[in-house]
Amino acid sequence: MKKVIALILALVMALGLVACGNDSDADNGGEKVVKIGVFEPQSGDNGAGGKQEILGMQYANHETPTVEIGGETYKVELVYADNASSNDKAASAAQTLISSGVSLVLGSYGSGVSIAAGDTFATAGMPAIGVTCTNPQVTSECDVYFRICFLDPFQGTVLANYAKSELGASKAYCLAKQGDDYSGGLCNYFIEAFGKDNCVYEQFPEGTSDYSTYITNAQNQGCDVFFAPVSTEAAAQIIAKADTQNLGMPILAGDTWDSNVILDAAKGTKVEIAVTTFYQEGADADFDAAIKAWINSDATAKANNGGNDELAAVTVMGYDAYYVALEALKKAGSTDPADVLAVLPELSYTGVTGAIAFDDIGDAKRDTAFVKACNTETGKWDFVAEQGIN
Amino acid sequence: MDLLQSTLPYLISGISVGGQYALIAIGYTMVYGILRLINFAHGDVFMVAGLVMVYLSAAMPLYIAIPLMILLTVALGFTIERVAYKPLRNAPRMSVMISAIGVSYLIQNLALYITGGLNKNYPAIPWISDKVTIFGMETTRVTVITPFLTVILVAALVLLINHTKIGMAMRAVSRDFETAQLMGIKINSVISATFIIGTFLAAIGSMLYFTNYPGVVPTSGGMPGLKAFVAAVFGGIGSIPGAVIGAFIIGICESIIKGLDTILVVNGVITEQVGFSTFSDAFTFALLIIVLVFKPTGLFGEKTTDKV
Repeated sequence: MKKVIALILALVMALGLVACGNDSDADNGGEKVVKIGVFEPQSGDNGAGGKQEILGMQYANHETPTVEIGGETYKVELVYADNASSNDKAASAAQTLISSGVSLVLGSYGSGVSIAAGDTFATAGMPAIGVTCTNPQVTSECDVYFRICFLDPFQGTVLANYAKSELGASKAYCLAKQGDDYSGGLCNYFIEAFGKDNCVYEQFPEGTSDYSTYITNAQNQGCDVFFAPVSTEAAAQIIAKADTQNLGMPILAGDTWDSNVILDAAKGTKVEIAVTTFYQEGADADFDAAIKAWINSDATAKANNGGNDELAAVTVMGYDAYYVALEALKKAGSTDPADVLAVLPELSYTGVTGAIAFDDIGDAKRDTAFVKACNTETGKWDFVAEQGIN
Repeated sequence: MDLLQSTLPYLISGISVGGQYALIAIGYTMVYGILRLINFAHGDVFMVAGLVMVYLSAAMPLYIAIPLMILLTVALGFTIERVAYKPLRNAPRMSVMISAIGVSYLIQNLALYITGGLNKNYPAIPWISDKVTIFGMETTRVTVITPFLTVILVAALVLLINHTKIGMAMRAVSRDFETAQLMGIKINSVISATFIIGTFLAAIGSMLYFTNYPGVVPTSGGMPGLKAFVAAVFGGIGSIPGAVIGAFIIGICESIIKGLDTILVVNGVITEQVGFSTFSDAFTFALLIIVLVFKPTGLFGEKTTDKV
């Protein structure tokens, strides 16, 4: 008898879940809807960054909720899939988006997941637009992947030049996460540009929480600059340790560190931090004011932005990505992924972060990055320079 | 730079990490000693203690938040035992273990739901997060306090187990579950007391750990929990001094391995980086395997007597 009850209970629960799954196919009241997939991490190492990137898309969607496709007005619906910052969950998240009938996909924050999902998108012929995934492999090994940001070889070189010429560094300590395409790739390009003999390169395993030894390593080896383009979660820990152990050299990082997680961690410390990024707050004052007002008016948005209205470059990139998607849909004149894919190579759009057009591989043609430094007194970013590789 | 000066920072951070592992490892080893159950949810309770502290400290002053955090964590440990383990007291041991794994994932996913998966900054606790300089090296006070506090707590625990009534009951229960019951020991309250002590130490441990590494995410309990478990097995699961010594050995080894490249380069033994730091985790687990191969019950494990 007990067994029968247990079996029935289990069945009821399982069926309940199935029933939940069907609810989403509700009627839209005759309104035409086009779906854009949002392939972003909302948990895991890059959860904070992913959420900020989504914010930009949500704001853009709030600003322009409809699009004209082939003479008809469509309502734009964002469909989310959490890739959990994890390469092995990326493919199933991508599949979820494809199955839910999206016309194209935006994302992801973090290159590893984009590379991992590339095959899934390619098989389905689903066009994907990378927003801030900077590793070259994202587009070079996948025909359906495009992207609107600069690449790691460029970013790594910019940072190496900056370390040499502006900071006068002669020996660099590079720290990456083991098995992470983004930090590992960026470190390699940095080392290539900086000179292999002048770099100390180390990797930490997943789940590391004690970074004090790496700080000690950099100090003991007499380095002048600490290059750590790792996730913001690790970054917060590294900054805390750098402060208590008096690191004594500036920390450099890539676009990932352009986040208020870093500002919060660095505020009130004596750590010098400089990062490269896609957008400098203040470049478009009207836009900044409008998006900040929106973030402040929405409690969830504010929480997802880390509890304040500090604008991250990834948010602005997310905003531009949404409009690139709309532009593609308009030009395609159809919601069919195949039609959208066909028009993407010739697409051009001028967004808040600058002009966006794709080259043969599908990468954005961009040749400048912004360098900004963390002001540890005010807890804000200070603009330093606009840097190219020449 | 002489050898001592370049190695010292690694030793100190290793001892501190070891102390934190030790406080978690005791929870594993005590529960195993009594119930023969590996409480997989223990690392997650440790993480919850961190999260609770983050939320409480935002709402009230620290002198209320800290005791309340400890109280809530202990209540959580107690509840887990009552809800997920007690009904399975007479079930096969495997079922209880599966239940423990279930609880672990349930807690992690609840935390994921509540925090949204974002990194929460642990509040700075005054005094223990102040900077101090020892032997010419800068660090926080918590790094220095941790090993001492661990040793004091363990000494108190050993006294409790050897010289109090509840301690005697615990020893009796761990020796023979059923006979102890027949002798009139209230087995459920003994087990509850074990969980309460274990989670209390985890709460203290989480305070020290997160003050040192101030970021709490739902998976924060995973790696420290696993390492502490390794430490408990390493020292001989069921033995409290064993767990503590195991934890210190693992903490120090890990830290030295991470810095081995630099130590060797700075002292002129090698000129090129070899990349030892990559293997710090692999080393921990390799050490576990080697110890178990040669000493299956761990360093201080109970001797198993064969009854013929």
